[in-house]
Amino acid sequence: MEQKMVNLTINGLPVSVSAGTTVLEAARSAGIKIPSLCFLKDANEIGACRICVVEVKGAKSLVASCVYPVSEGMEVFTNTEKVRKSRQLTLELILSNHRMDCLTCARSGKCELQQLAAELGIDAVRFAADSLPPQIEDSAAHLVRDNSKCVLCRRCTAVCRKAQEVGVIGCNDRGFDTHIGCAFDRDLAEVDCVSCGQCIVACPTGALQEKDDTDKVWAALADPAKHVVVGPAPSVRVTLGECFGMPVGTNVEGKMVTALKRLGFDKVFDVDNAADFTIMEEGTEFLSRLQNGGALPMITSCSPGWIRYCEQHHPDMLDNLSTCKSPQQMFGSLVKTYYAEKMGIDPKDIFVVSIMPCTAKKYEVAREEMRQHGWLPVDVSLTTRELGRMITRAGLLFDHLPDGEFDEMLGLSTGASVIFGATGGVMEAALRTVVEVVTNGEMKPLEFTEVRGTEGIKEASYELPGRTVRVCVCSGLSNAKKVLDGVKAGELHYDFIEIMACPGGCVNGGGQPIQHADVRNWVDLKALRAKALYTQDEGMTLRKSHENPILQQVYREYLGEPGGHKAHEILHTHYIPQQRYRTE
Amino acid sequence: MPNCKTVVPYNGTPEQELRLREIIAEHKGQPGATMPVLQAAQEIFGYLPEEVQIIVAEGLEIPLSEVYGVASFYAQFSMNPKGQHRISVCLGTACYVKGAADILSAVEQKLGIKTGSITKDGKFSLDACRCVGACGLAPVMMVGSDVYGRLTPDQVGPILDKYE
Repeated sequence: MEQKMVNLTINGLPVSVSAGTTVLEAARSAGIKIPSLCFLKDANEIGACRICVVEVKGAKSLVASCVYPVSEGMEVFTNTEKVRKSRQLTLELILSNHRMDCLTCARSGKCELQQLAAELGIDAVRFAADSLPPQIEDSAAHLVRDNSKCVLCRRCTAVCRKAQEVGVIGCNDRGFDTHIGCAFDRDLAEVDCVSCGQCIVACPTGALQEKDDTDKVWAALADPAKHVVVGPAPSVRVTLGECFGMPVGTNVEGKMVTALKRLGFDKVFDVDNAADFTIMEEGTEFLSRLQNGGALPMITSCSPGWIRYCEQHHPDMLDNLSTCKSPQQMFGSLVKTYYAEKMGIDPKDIFVVSIMPCTAKKYEVAREEMRQHGWLPVDVSLTTRELGRMITRAGLLFDHLPDGEFDEMLGLSTGASVIFGATGGVMEAALRTVVEVVTNGEMKPLEFTEVRGTEGIKEASYELPGRTVRVCVCSGLSNAKKVLDGVKAGELHYDFIEIMACPGGCVNGGGQPIQHADVRNWVDLKALRAKALYTQDEGMTLRKSHENPILQQVYREYLGEPGGHKAHEILHTHYIPQQRYRTE
Repeated sequence: MPNCKTVVPYNGTPEQELRLREIIAEHKGQPGATMPVLQAAQEIFGYLPEEVQIIVAEGLEIPLSEVYGVASFYAQFSMNPKGQHRISVCLGTACYVKGAADILSAVEQKLGIKTGSITKDGKFSLDACRCVGACGLAPVMMVGSDVYGRLTPDQVGPILDKYE
């Protein structure tokens, strides 16, 4: 179908764009930036903040360009005196109700409001609010909200409702009392928040941030009695560089390892290694379910946000979840059992830190059913952003760091585990191993491109001896809901489903570096970050989990058979239905 | 936020809930269904407690936060039931200049509740209102249908004690 083109002028420049384009997008395509605040492409297109106003000849007032469609012959002016004054006044009024403690704000330097004030030339505060006290809500394990810094753009509520279909936050009350909160102003910890953190990366200001756990890590590093072990998740190596201004999609694995060593960690392992164990266990579990008539479709369990969502919204599907712990939890468990025994260290003296793209991991580390022999597998889970801050605080010039290598034992990994960080990666990694095992090594396919890409729902089927295996990969909880509803209604038939809570998978997790809407609206972060993972996978000699020699050694010396008794004790868990609403 | 969680236990009947579910079924899937359903719910229950809003959210398959957002936006919706004795303190112009704000805070203090809410025992509910047509008696407070005028804050306690 041919797209109808529309001709207009913007600041006198002729522009031709397809019908339905907004003025803001049309201007962008002509190299003109219109400042915006509440606009988040595909998520929050509500024209609420009035920062993006422009003059349109013939229109009776200024129009919000983020929602105003182009029309034939339209004459748009984005930089008139009237427009500039209006934007300035709007921003001044927003600032009049914003607690400006920029010097001590976690978002300082990465704040969109700060940047707007500079861009629009706000050089004095005319309408200073009486001192606004902080309004801290920190009930949940993963997040701190300070509504005194909220600009009511509604980007957080939009991603919570639309991308995630969780919808635990909204706009409460009216007028000056309007604020973001949960229903009945309950604490976040009391409602069915899944801790995904997508609201944090959508927030333009410091109103939302992860709960900072770096002090706990500094304390452990300074404690001579603690043996401090760290492991970063697959996706962190392709996003950490963004904290230091590197282009999106830069792989900084070597520098990251050196940074962790220089921060003083006793051992720098790789959660990629644990991801290989996940594949061995999950693959074995899947084959056993296929052969023994277990609950199908089997659904992956790597994403704690997804797990919590399933426990709350689909408790009838818990039997379908793989019983495998997530790679983070497998990592901690292996460190405190196999590694502890091998090194002769009491697990109680080991302090395990994970570096995650994720805020739900902070919630996961404290899940009581993870407790073994009195200890929890992981002591602190940091986000990519928190690691970035630790590196800065330690005075490490990140781009000057030489490449380092992970410590042996639990540091070696395969390409299969590297791609865990992208949607479809776990499925592809599992298939690489499963197909080879099922065909007794006769079929050795490496790349399963059908399950790659950033689409929210992907499906494929593969012919294995004796049966067809139908798989589905989805990311973003709204897509998970679609797939599960279809499965329950008997309309969709799969054997194996990969679900990641965040759209695009871990590369787009709620713990990843902050990128302004100005970048997020025009650059596909998910695709660029994922590409870096697939590139790393391509360059590796070992690309299948079961080929990992360390993994083979650990099974031989310690765990026994994949899926066996000891492996189950250390690497598997169980799930508990959870309430959505509390009405005590 | 007084117009939030109520302190009075929910006592909706199965009949009331059934009526609400019927109304939800009529509106389900229509754009803008939340408003008419909430209006009907308030009609049925007299107010919109959390239990009722959950029925609406689950019935319409929308987040509870969305239902609460609408319910907390409009002044016509109340999340507290009315007490056995409904107190209204007039904040109209005449009463206001005659010190009605002090009367209101005296009542709040006496009952230990905020305007818009209800005492735990369900005895008193407190609202601010606009002009009861007795400006000559400003400042004015009503308890049920009894009107009290030319009030001073120290009179509030003894008046309310009569209703205990």
